[in-house]
Amino acid sequence: MAANGKRTVGLFDIRFIIGGLIGLYGVILTFLGVFNASDKELAKGDGLNINLWAGLGMLVVGVAFMAWARLRPVIVPDDAESTDAP
Amino acid sequence: MIHTADSTFRLDANAVDYIIVALYFMVVVGIGLMARRQVSTSLDFFLSGRSLPAWVTGLAFISANLGAVEIMGMSANGAEFGMATVHYFWVGAVPAMLFLGIVMMPFYYGSGVRSVPEFMRKRFGTGAHLVNAISFAVAQLLIAGINLYLLATIVNRLLGWPLWVSLVAAAAIVLSYTALGGLSAAIYNEVLQFFVIVAALLPLTIVALHKVGGWEGIKDKVQPGQEQLSSWPGTDLTGIDSPLLSVIGIIFGLGFVLSFGYWTTNFVEVQRAMASDSISAAKRAPIIGAFPKMFIPFIVIIPGVIAAIIIPKLADLKETGKGDVKYNDAILLLMKDLLPNGMLGIAIAGLLASFMAGMAANISAFNTVFSYDLWQQYVKKDEEDTYYTRVGRIATVAATLIAIGTAGIASNYSNLMDYLQTLFGFFNAPLFATFILGMFWKRMTATAGWTGLVSGTVAAVLVAFLSEDTFGSASWGVLGVSGQGASFVAAGAAFVVDIIVSVVVTSFTRPKAEEDLKGLVYSLTPKESLVDPDEVHLPWWQSPPKLAGVALVLVIILNVIFW
Repeated sequence: MAANGKRTVGLFDIRFIIGGLIGLYGVILTFLGVFNASDKELAKGDGLNINLWAGLGMLVVGVAFMAWARLRPVIVPDDAESTDAP
Repeated sequence: MIHTADSTFRLDANAVDYIIVALYFMVVVGIGLMARRQVSTSLDFFLSGRSLPAWVTGLAFISANLGAVEIMGMSANGAEFGMATVHYFWVGAVPAMLFLGIVMMPFYYGSGVRSVPEFMRKRFGTGAHLVNAISFAVAQLLIAGINLYLLATIVNRLLGWPLWVSLVAAAAIVLSYTALGGLSAAIYNEVLQFFVIVAALLPLTIVALHKVGGWEGIKDKVQPGQEQLSSWPGTDLTGIDSPLLSVIGIIFGLGFVLSFGYWTTNFVEVQRAMASDSISAAKRAPIIGAFPKMFIPFIVIIPGVIAAIIIPKLADLKETGKGDVKYNDAILLLMKDLLPNGMLGIAIAGLLASFMAGMAANISAFNTVFSYDLWQQYVKKDEEDTYYTRVGRIATVAATLIAIGTAGIASNYSNLMDYLQTLFGFFNAPLFATFILGMFWKRMTATAGWTGLVSGTVAAVLVAFLSEDTFGSASWGVLGVSGQGASFVAAGAAFVVDIIVSVVVTSFTRPKAEEDLKGLVYSLTPKESLVDPDEVHLPWWQSPPKLAGVALVLVIILNVIFW
């Protein structure tokens, strides 16, 4: 409840953390999918390059979370006071 | 149970996979460190200062439950029984979560209690409170041990680390973030875990579907036949031969008693919604959680169903009932066979995340109940706020150490999942009966509170003894029910007996004065105190009843599609 004045929660915003980690995973997987897809690995997934597709999907999700956090930052409210604090 | 590393499940993880897993753990510990700077009062530590947005608490709400039992257990059920497993979600969890949001949450949040046992104390006095708080705390320690053991087993199987190293490493990481940041850290990590778990399971499901040839492929190849793909009457799941009784067992036992009992009275779950910033946000948390919850079967049960088709060893097991694999291994076998390095690392991170979520949830619920309900209530009453925060931190450390011990106990049980389900039936079903009666019937007395609880639990234990196999060879086999059907019947019996005993005892004892029950019993609580003043002006997607209505329609549609 250390809320004094209007301030945003900044990087502690969970959306930045989720977006960052999932986005980073997306980069790694996309990279693997493009440069490291051997026939043997592809055969496992029956020809589906899952690293590439999952990587692209995660990139999109990661960017979406970052954009959401950037466009609608969380403001720590002044009245985040609880009436029943012990 | 496998005590040494088993080469069947050694995945060929390479450096990239290890980096992906390490990245995840760095973020988890980082969240604990960051959350620590924001913790200033004991309410911050235990209930996150009641300031989290509803989508965060809503996702944490289901993530806390998305542990080992859910992922391994439900995919195993999918492999063995097929689509009937969806009842755990569409008849069980989702309606119960909506009920919690609309009916129960206003009382929990509005009465200003900090835990479910504390509500019990205000409504029924110390007798019922002590029974509830102690049994809950003990159960959490045992369950934390089970989660920790499963977590360590996976690390041991997948990465080949010795079991005790895996155990200590897993415990250290869970401890570091829960002790540092309290509930905020646990909840933030749960939200992150949710996305990592989905990132692990969704691509796995897609590859598996691709491999088997889509839904048509499943329809063609599923064994022993098409009935595995329809959810009713679910006679395989319940083990009850009569279709009518099976349906009754699913609706009353699984749906009404077990699931409502679990979701509405289990403080591990309720604590997450209590961390919201207003009554309507607290109501929204379980309702928002219900939306992703109803789609989880698609990434948990469907892979299980497919695994039983495309993994030869599992298909053999299903046909002959014998083999060196278990249904519990369905997801692991799929990962091993289908995923390339990279995606494999994500899947391992997702599983580790899931099992840690379970344990962290147990530990953070334990330390709240221990500090507020046991220590502050019965040992040291009027200390400073910082004192209880410190007690909470010490309790967290102690609980983690004890969990390493109870993980040892857990390793002695071969049928961990059944055992766990049975325990839920013993404790949650009577608790639910007592709560629901106490909330709506103002005459119900304090004595009725604790006698109802105790007799309900006794009834469930009795059914477990009468069943064919709940206690293994210790069961007498008088009733023709076994497995999951038996736990539905036990839960139903606990509920009915609790209600009857409570009603009878109430008629012989004196009720509490009405003014003491304000805010605790429906008819004695001013309606305004159950809603936020501005709730009527909220748009539909923020209004709890309308949101719950949408969820209910969706889940009915899902039920009909997979009839």
